[in-house]
Amino acid sequence: MRVALFITCYNDTLFPQTGKAVVKVLERLGHEVEFPAGQTCCGQMHWNTGYQAEALPLVGRFVSQFEHAEAVVIPSSSCVAMMRDHYPIMAERIVREGGDASLPARVAALLPRVWEFSEFLTKKLCLTDVGASYPHKVAYHASCHGLRSLGLGDGPEALLRGVKGLELVAIERKEQCCGFGGTFAIKNADVSTAMLEEKVQTVLATGAEECTGCDNSCLMHIGGALHKLHAGTRTRHIAEILAAEEKGAL
Amino acid sequence: MSVMELDPRTALSFPKAAKMLLKETELRGNVRRATETIQAKRRKLVAEKDDWQELRESARQIRAHVLAHLGAYLEEFERNLTRAGGTVHWARNAEEAQAIVVSLAKEAGAQEVIKIKSMTTEEIHLNGALEEAGIHAYETDLAELILQLGHDTPSHIVVPALHKNRAQIREIFKREMNLPELGSAPEDLAEAARRFLREKFLRVHTAVSGANFLIAETGGICIVESEGNGRMCLTLPDTLIAVVGIEKVLPRFGDLEVMLQLLARSATGERMNPYNSIWTGVRPGDGPRKMHVVLLDNARTEVLADKEGRQTLQCIRCAACLNACPVYRQTGGHAYGSVYAGPIGAILTPQLMEMKHGQSLPYASSLCGACYEVCPVKINIPEVLIHLRNEVVKRHGPLAPEAIALRMVATLFRSERRFRAAQRLGRMAQTLLARRELKIVGQNVGQADWGDSQWIHWLPGMLGGWTRSRDLEAIPSESFREWWDRRSK
Amino acid sequence: MSAVISAREEILACISSAGTKGAEDAAADYARIERSYRQAARLSHAATLDLLEERLHEYGARVFRVAESEIASLCARLLRERGARRIVVPAGLPEKWLAGAGSAAESTLEIVPDADFDAAALDSFDSVMTASTVAIAETGTIVLASAPDEGRRAITLVPDYHLCVVREGDVVETVVEGMRRLDAVKEMPLTLISGPSATADIEMTRIKGVHGPRFLDVAVVRA
Repeated sequence: MRVALFITCYNDTLFPQTGKAVVKVLERLGHEVEFPAGQTCCGQMHWNTGYQAEALPLVGRFVSQFEHAEAVVIPSSSCVAMMRDHYPIMAERIVREGGDASLPARVAALLPRVWEFSEFLTKKLCLTDVGASYPHKVAYHASCHGLRSLGLGDGPEALLRGVKGLELVAIERKEQCCGFGGTFAIKNADVSTAMLEEKVQTVLATGAEECTGCDNSCLMHIGGALHKLHAGTRTRHIAEILAAEEKGAL
Repeated sequence: MSVMELDPRTALSFPKAAKMLLKETELRGNVRRATETIQAKRRKLVAEKDDWQELRESARQIRAHVLAHLGAYLEEFERNLTRAGGTVHWARNAEEAQAIVVSLAKEAGAQEVIKIKSMTTEEIHLNGALEEAGIHAYETDLAELILQLGHDTPSHIVVPALHKNRAQIREIFKREMNLPELGSAPEDLAEAARRFLREKFLRVHTAVSGANFLIAETGGICIVESEGNGRMCLTLPDTLIAVVGIEKVLPRFGDLEVMLQLLARSATGERMNPYNSIWTGVRPGDGPRKMHVVLLDNARTEVLADKEGRQTLQCIRCAACLNACPVYRQTGGHAYGSVYAGPIGAILTPQLMEMKHGQSLPYASSLCGACYEVCPVKINIPEVLIHLRNEVVKRHGPLAPEAIALRMVATLFRSERRFRAAQRLGRMAQTLLARRELKIVGQNVGQADWGDSQWIHWLPGMLGGWTRSRDLEAIPSESFREWWDRRSK
Repeated sequence: MSAVISAREEILACISSAGTKGAEDAAADYARIERSYRQAARLSHAATLDLLEERLHEYGARVFRVAESEIASLCARLLRERGARRIVVPAGLPEKWLAGAGSAAESTLEIVPDADFDAAALDSFDSVMTASTVAIAETGTIVLASAPDEGRRAITLVPDYHLCVVREGDVVETVVEGMRRLDAVKEMPLTLISGPSATADIEMTRIKGVHGPRFLDVAVVRA
């Protein structure tokens, strides 16, 4: 299959290693990866912070960059949730405001081919073993958008259980938000910190070497606190674990 | 700490109030324990209903249908209640509702009234208005009594005193009921309340309540409760005055078959709460001889008119969203500066204030979606929060510093060239902030690029909120798209 | 009262200009509401009775399964055990149900039919006995609908002990079935009782008996 990668703005800039890992996994599974060059951002930050007018142009941009693709893979659950939950209503609004009348139909046609990375593996390719090896003790953080909007369920954990040598440990109250929430972490820094402290305690209580997940934004948040505490435990996107092979990590 | 005023017009912004409350370790412990207990009970009982999702969907449709035909159902309710001997009053706002209740209470010759827990009467600050008119209101719900005697305010819609533990409640009762020997077991405290209030139930002839549901088809009223104080208030007095938001109506008696199943499980984690009373108007020889319903607008019609905000009015006040909310869990209810706390409060309060107050509330959420997941009438609270954020942004105008900054960022995303330039610029700008790690942590992980990573420990201005509790991994020397370019050559 | 009337007109006008629909569409739209939740019973009647008993036990209520002819002796025994001294009963309660209770030589039980007692007078009764209209097994709910053998609402509220007779034929499995049976008496004062009065306002601990009766015994009577 020819898979178009939407890397997302923050992964592109801050976590290129995640993108490289996605490419490695998909190519190892025999798929061809393309990277439409004009891609930038899904618009989540603007839309969720209340700057809807600023987010609207990004819908058409994404659609025109990706509508030719057989499948679009995105290693960020919140960006996929942004598209599924909001692109249809955003497209309608663009039409109401005199914009591209073809957009709602094009969004509707494209969305069923848009997949979060782990979801693409478990639901589209129906895989739980992608040939990875990672002999470490790992805890899985279920990001809210993946858990609730996308309904990823046990998918990511099934993938981790399929990794050779990996010991998966459960985080207590794993469905509880880590307190990131985009601009929430800035606007309500104190509450966000209190939420994060709880999350970090439950992560550390697992004794895991690493905490993984499907969304680098939450992992950046949790990882930032772990780093500040000199905890030794670090965070790593699930793609990087699934990319790791017997001889060593990516 | 001093009692926070639960008036959105004068309350601190959410971040400021939260900052103060986060220091209240005992309060936060009380909130955490209580919400965890309710949540565990709820989860267990929801799991035993294999038609839970179908019930939610029907409830959503019933409530949305009511809102779509609200005028017709209110008129039907009025007609039927009047036929059954009751009287309907209409109040555009809190002041009108206060005036109506005061005049009805005076008409009944009341110097005291007994009250069933009602968030609607809290919303209009009725007790203060009654007090000014020389009428003392006794709260009869145990939690409301704790708050009234403790000069405190509600922090939860269903369990308003959940921020208090038994030791604190005991101190309040010892002092206010003059019971120096009072024990500290919950049973002792409940017994004290029983004795304290029974005398009021037998003596006071006028009661004030809210209502959980109005039934258009019959003119009936439904009140859902646990303690029996509601039954006391709605059965023993001569006059009952119910203050009810206009959105609380249901089309038919039969709709309770859906609502009652959802409400108890969602609110208190019970299959059914101990008492539900449903009655229609005045019945000779049984209950009050005068039955008044005050239908309160207080900006609800404004909410109704907003296509995206309207679903807020579907709410049946179960407070499941409060119990599930990770933000509420940290701060408790007082941080919301309104009698409506938690996620539902974060969307209801600013709308009831016509977006003039409570503007920080739509941001008091990480948009994690736990509220929507548990909502028995499927209010998409995150969607409404986002909608209200947009309203706030529009009100602040294009010249607000945040608006200018976010518009600049938006221009980057509209052009690949500008986006690439910004990535390079960001890398350059951070050289002053980023520090290479001196030691390698987690050697057993054996990561090749581990030692190369750089971290930022301090950020300026507003962004400093981030680095106070989290470091930030610096922007790596090559973006993904630069790597891709290199690889494709 | 003109100000109040104008509030009515103004609120209704605001509602109507808020993009709502009129009364004429309401019935048709109402009929379209999806109701795919469970509407029918799944259990046999015998299993339904067992479930009701189990649920009532969870509430701390006691349950006794008896034949109609045994009610009198059961009631006499229960009232004795509870130490009842003055019991109020609705005027329409079958007399034979209490035939054994007041008659024993050593009994000091006073059985008083309700006569519109005021609240203070009701407070002098320690017990009340009534029949019931419907019982819902799933939730352990007993419904009083102000029938002649159930009486007015206040009598089952003020006394501390409620002895309630449930006829087997009135027991249904689900809330949906129960509410549909109540449709016939929907304008009567209804009280749905699910266990004794309780509160969880103190540290979410369920404490029995705040203001309503603290003790509930249920006699389930075979038809």
